[in-house]
Amino acid sequence: MAEVPSGYTVLHERPKAFYDTFERKGELQQQTHYCPGCGHGLAHKMIARAIDELGIQDRVIAVSPVGCSVFAYYYFDTGNVQSAHGRAPAVATAVKRSRPEAIVFSYQGDGDLAAIGTAEILHAANRGENITVFFVNNAIYGMTGGQMAPTTMLGQRTTTSPLGRDPFNEGYPLHVCELLATLEAPVYLERVALGNAKQVMAASRAIKKALTNQVKGLGFSLVEILSPCPTIWKLNPAKAQERVREEMVKVFPPGVYRDHTTERAARPAPPPAPGLDELPRLLDLEGHEFDRTGLERPAGLDLRIKVAGFGGQGVLMLGEVLAEAGLLLDLEVSWLPSYGPEMRSGTSNCHVRIADQTIASPLVAQSNVLLAMNEPSLRKFIGDVETGGWVLYNSRSLPEGVTAPAGVEVLCIPFTELADTLGEPKAGNIVMLGALLEAAGQLPAAAIDRALEMHVKSARWLELDRRALELGRETARKELANAYV
Amino acid sequence: MTQPNVQPDRGYVTISAEECKGCGLCVEACVPRVLALAAHLNHQGYHPAEYAGAGCTGCGLCFHCCPEPGAITVYKLARPAAA
Repeated sequence: MAEVPSGYTVLHERPKAFYDTFERKGELQQQTHYCPGCGHGLAHKMIARAIDELGIQDRVIAVSPVGCSVFAYYYFDTGNVQSAHGRAPAVATAVKRSRPEAIVFSYQGDGDLAAIGTAEILHAANRGENITVFFVNNAIYGMTGGQMAPTTMLGQRTTTSPLGRDPFNEGYPLHVCELLATLEAPVYLERVALGNAKQVMAASRAIKKALTNQVKGLGFSLVEILSPCPTIWKLNPAKAQERVREEMVKVFPPGVYRDHTTERAARPAPPPAPGLDELPRLLDLEGHEFDRTGLERPAGLDLRIKVAGFGGQGVLMLGEVLAEAGLLLDLEVSWLPSYGPEMRSGTSNCHVRIADQTIASPLVAQSNVLLAMNEPSLRKFIGDVETGGWVLYNSRSLPEGVTAPAGVEVLCIPFTELADTLGEPKAGNIVMLGALLEAAGQLPAAAIDRALEMHVKSARWLELDRRALELGRETARKELANAYV
Repeated sequence: MTQPNVQPDRGYVTISAEECKGCGLCVEACVPRVLALAAHLNHQGYHPAEYAGAGCTGCGLCFHCCPEPGAITVYKLARPAAA
């Protein structure tokens, strides 16, 4: 590099908001990975300069996307998060809300923001999140080799629109600024271009303004940057710039689409998050303290229970009570529900594991207890019960043609009918639970009783459930005694 | 002997030949047309931009139009201290 003659001082130099060296590559660690003449380099540089000028480097958290700019975190010497494809505005929302003092910007291309991420940007803008979004639009998927993007211009040839984009086949180019300008919340929306030096300078001002808005706490700002992609467009950098200037601006007119920065006051600070000690009250969990007095942790337990029946039979609730009892006994538990969309009468089942060892998977493929509340569930799952396991079935006997696998104990009791004698057929699940206590025997009844107490809010139901539990135990005791006479 | 009465240029520009990717956007942006792509190639096989050595006005447009973070540095002539 030539020696600078004496008498000259630096006017413009490498922004401080960039890292001194970019560690991604083994050599030439001052360069970006972008192609010659790429608009990303320019956009990065303008953002870095704005960060310098605003003196906010220590507060900035950048959210980078998927696309050519996926490696933005190698360049900006700020906080960095790299998000899943299209999700940058959602990630930025979370970052900003959890760190309101941070200046959070997302940086996204048109494939990321305007295709896979359309929902995220729309809703972040609609909520007026106090974030800044830089949207680099080059009308193409660059990183993946030039496929058509939602922003591809009519007639533009891409690898996936080789005949040129046809509105009747691929629709029209998506205008993000215009779309977001239909929303109430955004504070600032501007489209700029990188087609010549004058446009670049205007873009630089817009970028700084969009960050300044956030410093002032005004709300959602987005700058769309029409950007050249010489490589995919197969144009030299000067020609690509010309295409931005001559063609792109006709389809995507630059301009301010929303500017409420003068009339908007700073958004109110988010309400403080509730303290941890307030959570039990907010979640209605008060009185759910785990009182383990008098409960002994059984050793060597490994219950793999499948509870299955119709929705409305209390299948999931039965599983929950079992799991809660396990928690009370200081055991490892998991509860995995599986049900159809209907609240009643669909099929419903849950997998419950209660063990004294760490549970690797909540899935119960091979069960050692099957609680079948109806025939379809019995037929479906009885084959998966392993030797030494138990099947409890809600009827007087197994249906015709159904046999339990060898070495599996079967207890058939009409639980729903028994519950009906108590005046409430819905308590059939608890009658069944009582029977399980007698059959499988490893779970202390005191833990189940306490779990019921925690689970059942109404005193009338708790009283009923206790009677149901006892009825189930008693019936099972008799059945088992008969079976072994 | 008298010094020739030549005003020094208002600006000066340096370009890191190894950071430059030869895109030529600075050449496009340069108003006084004192930047050009060199005849020689750099390490990566690009013709890097070069300053002719005189005529820079220090407008900074080449810097703003350069996609590389620090390939171009622009200087301005410091005002001579009042005599």
